[in-house]
Amino acid sequence: MSIQVAGVSKHFGAFEALHDVSLEIAPGELVALLGPSGSGKTTLLRVIAGLEVPDAGRILFNGDDATDRRVQEREVGFVFQHYALFRHMTIFENVAFGLRVRPRALRPGEPEIARRVLRLLKLVQLDWLADRYPHQLSGGQRQRIALARALAIEPKVLLLDEPFGALDAKVRKELRRWLRRLHDEIHLTSVFVTHDQEEALEVADRVVVVNKGRIEQVGTPEEVYDHPATPFVYEFLGNVNVIESEGGRDYVRPHEIEVTAGPQSGSLAALVDHAVKIGPVVRLEVSRRDTGENLEVELPRDRFDRLGVETGAVVWLRPRRSRFFPQSAPHEAKIA
Amino acid sequence: MASIASSAPLVRATARRRPVAWVPIVLVGVALAYLSLFLFVPLFAVFFEALRKGWGVYLAAIREPDAWSAVKLTLLAAAIAVPLNLVFGVAAAWAIAKFDFGGKSLLITLIDLPFSVSPVISGLIYVLMFGLQGWFGPWLAEHELKVVFAVPGIVLATVFVTFPFVARELIPLMQAQGREEEEAAVLLGANAWQLLWRVTLPNVKWGLLYGVILCNARAMGEFGAVSVVSGHVRGYTNTLPLHIEILYNEYNFAAAFACASLLALLALVTLVLKTAVESRQAREQRP
Amino acid sequence: MLFMRRSHSVLPGFGLALGFTLAYLSLLVLIPLSAAFARTFTISWEAFLAHVTAPRVVASLQLSFGAALAAAAVNAVFGLLVAWVLVRYRFPGRRVVDALVDLPFALPTAVAGIALTAIYAGNGWLGEPLLALTGVKVAFTPLGVFVALTFIGLPFVVRTVQPVLEDLEKELEEAAQSLGATPAQTFSRVILPTVMPALLTGFALAFARAVGEYGSVIFIAGNMPLVSEIAPLIIIAKLEQYDYAGATSVAVVMLVASFLLLLLVNLLQWWSRRYAENRD
Repeated sequence: MSIQVAGVSKHFGAFEALHDVSLEIAPGELVALLGPSGSGKTTLLRVIAGLEVPDAGRILFNGDDATDRRVQEREVGFVFQHYALFRHMTIFENVAFGLRVRPRALRPGEPEIARRVLRLLKLVQLDWLADRYPHQLSGGQRQRIALARALAIEPKVLLLDEPFGALDAKVRKELRRWLRRLHDEIHLTSVFVTHDQEEALEVADRVVVVNKGRIEQVGTPEEVYDHPATPFVYEFLGNVNVIESEGGRDYVRPHEIEVTAGPQSGSLAALVDHAVKIGPVVRLEVSRRDTGENLEVELPRDRFDRLGVETGAVVWLRPRRSRFFPQSAPHEAKIA
Repeated sequence: MASIASSAPLVRATARRRPVAWVPIVLVGVALAYLSLFLFVPLFAVFFEALRKGWGVYLAAIREPDAWSAVKLTLLAAAIAVPLNLVFGVAAAWAIAKFDFGGKSLLITLIDLPFSVSPVISGLIYVLMFGLQGWFGPWLAEHELKVVFAVPGIVLATVFVTFPFVARELIPLMQAQGREEEEAAVLLGANAWQLLWRVTLPNVKWGLLYGVILCNARAMGEFGAVSVVSGHVRGYTNTLPLHIEILYNEYNFAAAFACASLLALLALVTLVLKTAVESRQAREQRP
Repeated sequence: MLFMRRSHSVLPGFGLALGFTLAYLSLLVLIPLSAAFARTFTISWEAFLAHVTAPRVVASLQLSFGAALAAAAVNAVFGLLVAWVLVRYRFPGRRVVDALVDLPFALPTAVAGIALTAIYAGNGWLGEPLLALTGVKVAFTPLGVFVALTFIGLPFVVRTVQPVLEDLEKELEEAAQSLGATPAQTFSRVILPTVMPALLTGFALAFARAVGEYGSVIFIAGNMPLVSEIAPLIIIAKLEQYDYAGATSVAVVMLVASFLLLLLVNLLQWWSRRYAENRD
């Protein structure tokens, strides 16, 4: 099912959480809403789910206006950041809940409920936990149960709010790869919220970068990382050197700077203040000789070794790629 | 006292310099002496005085018809007050904990109000409303209805003094639990009734029970408020605490303490249940 | 915007729940309480003053407030001690003692009243030796009022201070010691300031409860006019003489005092919340 967000605005008191946001999500797509905390990404997700009512704008599912449709009737699967599992129910009963609360005429029989719940528990590879209670499970297991519970009502859309936010680093990585594989299996239109750029870039088909209630950029992971549309996207996705120049600023990624021992055309001289070896890469902290500005450069370990420079040496820098943003309101540089 | 094991670094640290292992012993001793003077000895005295003249006198005092009718009235007042305040507590906690609206803290303060009003004044306000010289007094007299100095007055006063118990137990509990589980249930298709019975109430059952236990203890033991509205008609408008007062003022100490021992037992049962519920609640609230 | 919903919610039942809450609250609490205030408007100001400044009324108010203050102060000191002992030390029967601290909440006041009278009377278990050793009479004197009010207020300080002491990080004390503080300094400069908001809240709650207390006091007080007669008893005495104006006047004075105390407790709790937040 496709999702269309058309001109949605939402205020909480004086705070503007969403400002005229429009977005289209194609059927079967896995989309990440990426932004810092307070950017409005969770609000946007809750508006799509029907948990928040927008001040203005519409939400369309498959072209049908769903803005005024009751939450119970939206057929939306929602996974909460802190799982929101029913703590007094077993895992089985948690997953079965959405089937049990159906009106009698639409409610499947007990054997059918058991069959469906077990199928879902197998899907999330936790069928052996059916009789446990939520507090007996690890965070990663709880999150998968929350997903199974959301899928039990056979939703047309799956929405996940910071699905890996409360997990530790190792489980996060495993779970997000697992989610990607699961999505490739079931092909359900899915939207997830995250503040972790790595997560968004690794898992999503398309990334929506959100900041201060507005969409900064929409694109594939490659597009948003390699061709950031705004200074915000540049700074939010990965490290960047911001170089003041006439009438604006140049944005250069640390790994997109070429380092040579001698001068070349268009290169500038800099002093190596510090060289930090981080596994396979080396990060140089340098200062420009002309302006004294501090810059960061990243280069592969072997390239650094061949260069043979030490702290205090002079190197020559040339950006392989940079982008100039004129001095103006950041939103004027926005590419829709 | 030999097994007192101090876990206080305050004590341990000084112990290295000079032997002061007596500090915890003295502190525990003083605390226990204080509690004995004001709690343990009076509690023990109730049962001791009740049985001083033997089991025969004790049982006779309890079986006396006026005592029985006092027990029945006490149970009736609690049986009405507790369910009413239970429903109120759930409704108030639902509105306060699950929604945002203006004046919330004012509302919480108003719900707590009966706790800060003297029991005597709690009774007085109903006399001023429904007594012969009260607002509705003439109208009630005309229709030959009696509220004050009758059972309805006793029930009203009991409802008033036990008003906040369930609500104040549920409000912080439901606020702490947040709204996500209810939102998840709505997203899964649950209607209001299913939400209440399958998600919200099971989640707060121990807190609810805790509030009901305390509410019931106060309902059965209330003295001041009920005393004002009762009129002290033996066998008709006397609750058990009022019956104790009458026996005591008639110097029938053995009977007074016999009836008092029933209420003291109720208090002990209340404390046992309360402790049990607390530990259940603590266990279930592990994340 | 009083009682108006600020934002939409998908959860049902707001109107019904809040409507029922407000109706029930108004019918049972707010309207009857305002009836008491409304009643005083039918009394002239001079008559009101005459009622509340009568020597017997003044003496009873002084006793109720004075004894309540003394009892709350004693409970503040010993309540802190009891809370400390329960949190920090392990001794046989600790759990039972912990549970019994709530006895004054659960024990009907009339039962407490006759029990305290029995043991603190001149021929009682504690009253007799006390009288023989020091010549001090407890029951049927203002001291008896104080004893009953101490019983009634005992759990408040313990139960407000206990959770704060449980949360108190050991590191704070250890840091103080490593910086050279003596146990006394550690207590007065580190522990006491931390528990102070809770201690004051418990004190105010115990005081508020004791001011209006009736059941546990009247048996042990002796109820001698001008000496050991408490304010709630004056209200009852006036009611029994059908002096509604007099009873209401005294009640309004006490109600105003209770509301001020309630306000104080709310301020203290707001303060301690802010204090707790600032610590994080």
